[in-house]
Amino acid sequence: MTKVMTGARMVVQALKDQGVEVVFGYPGGAVLPIYDEIFQQNDIRHILVRHEQGAVHAAEGYARSTGKPGVVLVTSGPGATNAVTGITDALMDSIPLVVLTGQVPTFLIGNDAFQEADTVGITRPCTKHNWLVKETSKLAETIHQAFHVATQGRPGPVLIDIPKDVQFATGTYVPPAKARTDHYRPRVKGDRAAIERLAELMETAERPIFYTGGGVINSGTEASRLLRELVAATDFPITSTLMGLGAYPGSGKNWLGMLGMHGLYEANLAMHGCDLMIAVGARFDDRITGRVTDFSPHSIKAHIDIDPSSINKVIHADIPIVGDVTEVLRELLEVWKARGAKSNRAALPKWWAKIDGWRKVNCLNYRNSDKVIKPQYALQRLEALTRGRDRYITTEVGQHQMWAAQFLTFDDPNRWMTSGGLGTMGYGLPASIGVQIAHPEALVINVAGEASWLMNMQEMGTAMQFRAPVKQFILNNERLGMVRQWQQLLHGERYSHSWSESLPDFVKLAEAFGCKGILCSDPKDLDDAIMEMLDYDGPVIFDCLVEKHENCFPMIPSGKPHNEMLLGDASTEGAISGAGGALV
Amino acid sequence: MQALNIKKGASSHSAYDLRTPYEDVIETHTLAVLVDNESGVLARVIGLFSGRGYNIESLTVAEVDHRGHLSRITIVTRGTPQVIEQIKAQLERMVPVHEVHDLTVEGPAVQRELALFKVAGTGDHRVEALRLADIFRANVVDSTLESFVFEITGTAEKIDAFAELMRPLGLKEMARTGVAALARGA
Repeated sequence: MTKVMTGARMVVQALKDQGVEVVFGYPGGAVLPIYDEIFQQNDIRHILVRHEQGAVHAAEGYARSTGKPGVVLVTSGPGATNAVTGITDALMDSIPLVVLTGQVPTFLIGNDAFQEADTVGITRPCTKHNWLVKETSKLAETIHQAFHVATQGRPGPVLIDIPKDVQFATGTYVPPAKARTDHYRPRVKGDRAAIERLAELMETAERPIFYTGGGVINSGTEASRLLRELVAATDFPITSTLMGLGAYPGSGKNWLGMLGMHGLYEANLAMHGCDLMIAVGARFDDRITGRVTDFSPHSIKAHIDIDPSSINKVIHADIPIVGDVTEVLRELLEVWKARGAKSNRAALPKWWAKIDGWRKVNCLNYRNSDKVIKPQYALQRLEALTRGRDRYITTEVGQHQMWAAQFLTFDDPNRWMTSGGLGTMGYGLPASIGVQIAHPEALVINVAGEASWLMNMQEMGTAMQFRAPVKQFILNNERLGMVRQWQQLLHGERYSHSWSESLPDFVKLAEAFGCKGILCSDPKDLDDAIMEMLDYDGPVIFDCLVEKHENCFPMIPSGKPHNEMLLGDASTEGAISGAGGALV
Repeated sequence: MQALNIKKGASSHSAYDLRTPYEDVIETHTLAVLVDNESGVLARVIGLFSGRGYNIESLTVAEVDHRGHLSRITIVTRGTPQVIEQIKAQLERMVPVHEVHDLTVEGPAVQRELALFKVAGTGDHRVEALRLADIFRANVVDSTLESFVFEITGTAEKIDAFAELMRPLGLKEMARTGVAALARGA
């Protein structure tokens, strides 16, 4: 059965056929025909954002909390360029997105027409792939291909630029089953011989460690289940990147905590001292490795990744395994069990004893106060008061993000949405809305800093309009905290433009948006204030006034290896002294 | 564990390790990349090289399979073995890329480049230019009383050598196509 329809209707039909339920977008001249079609149907829900960057971050939050691709619809020119930051963010964190942009009519392309921008040119380096569709007959097939490319292999954002005349013209609709997608087929099954070699090494390893990343989350919940089974079967310690939190439960007994620049002491020292590193869906980012030449110098490294370009990019892999994490872990578990599940029982207890020694350092220790709220304390209380609830956390970028990663516990995948690779301030609020749209009944909290939060605060309007009861938990230190920390440690305490002047009154701001505002500045009031936030049926802006000059520790300073990390002053009394005291 | 010994006011510190981690031998490789002949595909490949800081020494591109809409891009690039491996992996994961062949490591290959040289001169210089062109098996494709245009085909080294010889004999302009290459054998 062939169906002839307009390009605009094709867009909506193709989205329906791809199982899309929600689109985040903002209308404009070049997408009016598509918006007209959206108006005339009820299957796809459209969430009107307040800025196109917000649409992309919301779609990212939706995608990361559901495992499904996020869909964005924006207009040409400024609509597309405003989306670029979000698209780049999704590329860096491997989030599947399908971004549809309007374009001026084909006969005006290249004319500097009103709201014209070279969208495919601008987004070429920040998408996994993009298309300019010049004929209506190719539109439906291109959309199906776009979903295929966005979700297969290493996920990422794709963009389809659709000129207005292509939306008006008619053509024959191509259903998903008829669309040609055979050309893009990334390898998912790992090399059997390499997997067997790895299993063999796992049996003799004296100081093994799992180092997992966002690839485990992206591979689906089955990957997390297999990872847990494998950790239990081997009794190896496990650490994870910022992106991978929740794949292995934060309350699990083999969990060492996050690693990296602000990772836990025990995690980083275990990485440095291990003799077998099993990297699973992680990419050896510079925030993870520290000084590359001294990175885990005595270990054999196995690297499981679906993207061949991740392997040997930064760190040489002795056992590279290209494949989907789920497939490879399943096969590794099979091989492991078939060989008798023999961990090195003589050596492992010694390794764990060493790790327990590092754990005793209690690296997240900080000096609490009964006069001012310490940001770490605020997060500990948030953790304690939300424990046991199905809780989704998003963050902005900076100190609060690292503290959230350190002090909140994630026991399940897809519950932690943060901008890791690009480090996009302004990510958390729109992302929290996307999460809440996908999970209307869940508790969704954006742990924010006041400076980041202001970058996309217009999206509170979106939260109000669509009754998304997102909780904005702002750790307000009236500073760009991480910038200030770096200036203190590395730029002679010259605090160049790193404080937040002329901040709004967040409680009044909340009232202006029509939601609830809560101000808390006394540690004694904190629990009640948090409970008030949790009990309120609607969006809340929580202005938590915290210690202004708290630094985020542990920390691997610039160009240092894992074993030269710095701890906070509460646990490094004496290590920082004299002239170096101001610098840490 | 030690405290950082950073001088107060030091400004040369960064969140990144700014030293080059791998200082290694630089190799030259010829890559043949088979791509879908779609709009923007060349920009995609070039953008990959410029965006990630790779070198392009020479680049040629043309459609080689009209019915299959396939183009062949031949790239000569330089880098450490690790960088060359990255370039190939980055090319291979691009959606419109079908195949990537490293002709430098996949066995012997034929490499050829075509060039046009305009040489102007009279008297001895003109005679010498023509004589050398004959030695290099260059063809005269245009001639006036004061100038020749030579067409020459060969390896990049041969064309470099011919250019050096023509320079003192009145070389005015030159146009080179860049390297095209095929693996030897069936």
